[in-house]
Amino acid sequence: MTVNIDNPFRTVKGGLIDRENPFDFGFDGVLMQGYRGDTLASALLANGIHLTARSFKYHRPRGIMTAGSEEPNALVTIRSGGRREPNTRATMQELYDGLEAVSQNRWPSLGFDVLGINDWVSRFLPAGFYYKTFMGPHKSWWYNLYEPFIRRAAGLGKAGYQRDPDHYGKMHGHCDVLVVGAGPTGLTAARALAEAGKKVILADENPQLGGQCLWNGDQVDDQPASEWAARVTAALKAMPNVRVLSRTTVFGAYDSLTFGAVERVCDHMAEPVENLPQQRFWFITAQSVVYATGAIERPLVMDGNDRPGVMMAAAAHKYLNQFAVVPGKRVAIATNNDSAYAAAADLAANSVDVAAVIDVRKAAGTELASQFDTKFGACVHEVRGGTKIKSAAIASLSGDALGNTLETLAIDALLMSGGWTPNVHLMCHKGGKPVWNEALAAMVPGELPANEYAAGSVTGAGTTATCIDQGLDIAGKILGESLSISERAYSRVEWNVEAFWKTPGSKRGFVEFQNDATAKDIDLAVQEGYKSVEHMKRYTTLGMATDQGKMANINGLALLSKARQQAIPEVGTTTYRPPFTPFGIGAVAGHRIGKRFVPTRYTSTHRWAENKAGAVMTDAGLWKRAQWFHQEGDKSWIESCNREVLNTRNKVGLNDVSTLGKIDIQGPDAGEFLNRLYTNGFAKLPVGKARYGMMLREDGSVMDDGTTSRLSENHYYMTTTTAAAGAVISHMEYYHQAIWPSLKVQFTSVTDQWSAFAVAGPRSRDVLRKVIEDLDLSHEAFPFMAVADCTVLGGKTARLFRISFSGELAYEIAVDARYGQQLWDALMAAGEEFGIAPYGLEALNVMRIEKGHVTHAELDGRVSIADTGLGKMASTKKDFIGRVATTRPAYGEKGREQLVGLRPVGAPTYGLTSEGQPDGPIMRAGTIVYGKDGALDWQNMQGWVSSVCYSPMLQGMIGLAFVADGHSRLGETVRLHSHLHEQRGESHAVEVELVSGHFFDPENERLLQ
Amino acid sequence: MLINCPYCGPRPDSEFKIKGSADISRPALNPEATFDNAMLEYIYMRNNPRGRHYEFWHHEAGCRRWLVVERDTEKSHEIYSVRDASVARPDGQFAGENTA
Repeated sequence: MTVNIDNPFRTVKGGLIDRENPFDFGFDGVLMQGYRGDTLASALLANGIHLTARSFKYHRPRGIMTAGSEEPNALVTIRSGGRREPNTRATMQELYDGLEAVSQNRWPSLGFDVLGINDWVSRFLPAGFYYKTFMGPHKSWWYNLYEPFIRRAAGLGKAGYQRDPDHYGKMHGHCDVLVVGAGPTGLTAARALAEAGKKVILADENPQLGGQCLWNGDQVDDQPASEWAARVTAALKAMPNVRVLSRTTVFGAYDSLTFGAVERVCDHMAEPVENLPQQRFWFITAQSVVYATGAIERPLVMDGNDRPGVMMAAAAHKYLNQFAVVPGKRVAIATNNDSAYAAAADLAANSVDVAAVIDVRKAAGTELASQFDTKFGACVHEVRGGTKIKSAAIASLSGDALGNTLETLAIDALLMSGGWTPNVHLMCHKGGKPVWNEALAAMVPGELPANEYAAGSVTGAGTTATCIDQGLDIAGKILGESLSISERAYSRVEWNVEAFWKTPGSKRGFVEFQNDATAKDIDLAVQEGYKSVEHMKRYTTLGMATDQGKMANINGLALLSKARQQAIPEVGTTTYRPPFTPFGIGAVAGHRIGKRFVPTRYTSTHRWAENKAGAVMTDAGLWKRAQWFHQEGDKSWIESCNREVLNTRNKVGLNDVSTLGKIDIQGPDAGEFLNRLYTNGFAKLPVGKARYGMMLREDGSVMDDGTTSRLSENHYYMTTTTAAAGAVISHMEYYHQAIWPSLKVQFTSVTDQWSAFAVAGPRSRDVLRKVIEDLDLSHEAFPFMAVADCTVLGGKTARLFRISFSGELAYEIAVDARYGQQLWDALMAAGEEFGIAPYGLEALNVMRIEKGHVTHAELDGRVSIADTGLGKMASTKKDFIGRVATTRPAYGEKGREQLVGLRPVGAPTYGLTSEGQPDGPIMRAGTIVYGKDGALDWQNMQGWVSSVCYSPMLQGMIGLAFVADGHSRLGETVRLHSHLHEQRGESHAVEVELVSGHFFDPENERLLQ
Repeated sequence: MLINCPYCGPRPDSEFKIKGSADISRPALNPEATFDNAMLEYIYMRNNPRGRHYEFWHHEAGCRRWLVVERDTEKSHEIYSVRDASVARPDGQFAGENTA
């Protein structure tokens, strides 16, 4: 049952709105009503509201100008909190019950905006104003004064600060044919293709398919075209080989006929339906594409053409026939073509007083003209009014100049039509150039690549009848057959455009509404030398707003060509870039936010460590690792860490090292391949032995390090650092596949397949003897760097490596990851009597610094193997990746920064404070190393600190640093100075001595026990 | 963009990582060699032509093969061929080690 609401500009009948479902909505706090099926814009107009915004630069009052995605003016902010959405086009936002919208860029209110003063001082804000202002000297007091003011004054809506509670989806779509646009062309083409069995995706930015059929008043088979569109839509939706994507904007065209599209799944609702995303990002890949993207009407450039109440004629037509809304009670129409006459006729039929049709042409091409007071050869030379249009002054045209002033019409709406601009954007995203069509006075698609087709209004077809014909024709081309249909469409008007770029003499006629660029600005740009179309664009900002100048570009181009006295094709166009219309940044991110930004990898002991052992977890690449194990009473992480170090060095410790990259390498050439990858030799590594290796990048910098073991004649097992695991296997794959494919070797990542634990400390052998069932672990039988398979957990195979990162007698034991936690539990139980305790990354780090071992804190991509002090590991007998590059002089140059150890001068010993912090000189990683004397300037910089820690063994801070010629300077004193900590007022300067990096047990006696 | 992987079929470019021009050739291993122009070219110099050329693409999130993709980066963006990096390109050239 129809529910009547107070909508003074709503017609009694007609439209495609649902009159049984009225909605409440608010605009700037005023409560109003509209119907389901309205857009926010149509509902506002039904309530008589045109004024919806203040313009970007001059703060001029602006009204609803269009009924589509090209809308430059009516940008509002909707929703609140995390759902707040600024710059929403009222013309595209579907009304929902309870919608709250507020206007933007005005203070204190839309009706009275203080910065409206900008309009009065506009002569001081010409084109290039921002450019000249912001390129000025930045340090003056004046700049500090006006810069924030200008930034506040120019603007769009403000983004919210709260987290968006909704989620966004991503989807891949594949089809034989993608049809972009579901007007008469797209509907016809999609149906014909689908009936022939093609898999079709039909996308349209509107909620209802039909395009101009929904409002142009044309007929198909003597029925309203809108009914035909509804029938075809229903038929398409019923076909299994068709996917209809309404509310979906195909925003960009990419290689291989891949398209980006955003589906506004729930934007038309107050809140998303449970489980549905707010928006969905589509990657659509097609075999062919039909661009049935239509055309948009462009404005006439005349003074006052931006007054609220001035609207595109086709928009008024659409508001009337689709939404049952009239733009005013007494209107005038200004045009340079025939299409506006159909709008005039339908408005007149709905009791709107059409005061006059002002037509720049000598005559109209349609009989509809006869029913109106027509003024041919005339134009509107000024629109008057403030926050609402009051009148339009009409003058005759005399050649290129204004003739006599004819009369001034008192009206409440002016409907204008400056011709039609085809939506060629998608066809230009890959570099296609549109071509100038003189008859249409517009750019149409140029020659398209294979399998891409344009049809309908985008080529200038214009009427329902010609669009249907073209849609069918294109479908036939794709199918390779000639098609026919029985439907016959009837259109009242064709376009018949006569180019008219500006009312003669107009100074402040707006060309570009969203960024406030006028005809005068274009002249100024040319005058100041910004003649190229791309320069003019940046100088005037024409086309640089969020609407990318959809309505403005052709007028701007034409006026530029006039100012340059050149033909339009010679002026060229600016570059069309995706996206066609803006969309939420959330759609780009999709689900990849927060925890889902990257995958998280957990080792088999993760839950035990976190839940049962008090581990504080940290990120290590994609992995989580225990950083330290907190115990009650620990005053700081350093205390926890010290306990773990001491326990490991005195008794035995256990650490999960599963995160290291593991690569299984097999084949007769595996040894040769490793010889090429590593600086040191591996081909002659005995079976049952591990070896530490370093690999370089081809440019000579160290890439990664790790141990590789030979399990049998043709079988090796490599470990990499946690962070570089992915890069190392890609590197290996590149060399094996692209450079040396003849090597008979295969390898694969087995990182996930093995859980591996370091068992370190003087009692580690005792622990393992209780867990391993079948291996003699004596030093003689299983010496340092020995590797062997063994049996654990009552029959499970494990791999035992006698390797040590801590410098202790130590082993790594690896087992099928499914039994990782079981083995860990067995080790903990077996070690109980020996005082076993887990240790975290911090303790591991302290122990490796005490031993002077490097990690990626040192191997940062700039370091050569010689810099690390391991130059002897570079073989001179064989070639390997990166060797040739390291022969370059720079790698041996004097002054190269080399790895050394650091200790505070005098090597004082100290414990921890009552807060658990080092109670003595502090060193910090990342600090610059300066010469002992001299200024703290770049000439005196000698290196940088890579790693530091408090060493419980040495009872003080130790560090590793890269210092110029460091290897030959041991014993010298240098200064560490952290400018950052100086600024923070924290301890920042310390004198340190350059020492060997082997701080603890330099003779390695402990690991050979 | 879709790349027709010889092992996995047409797959979206998001599964691949590009490593620039495949018009490179590594000087042969030689423990005596010192740095020369050929090594300089191999390590640093990459053509980035506008138009038809060969590129390395690693099917990192797929079969993990290195592929040589011949495509037009100028206008048509057409992909003319996709070959495993271990086999010769359609023009007979081979990206690998220069043993000449």
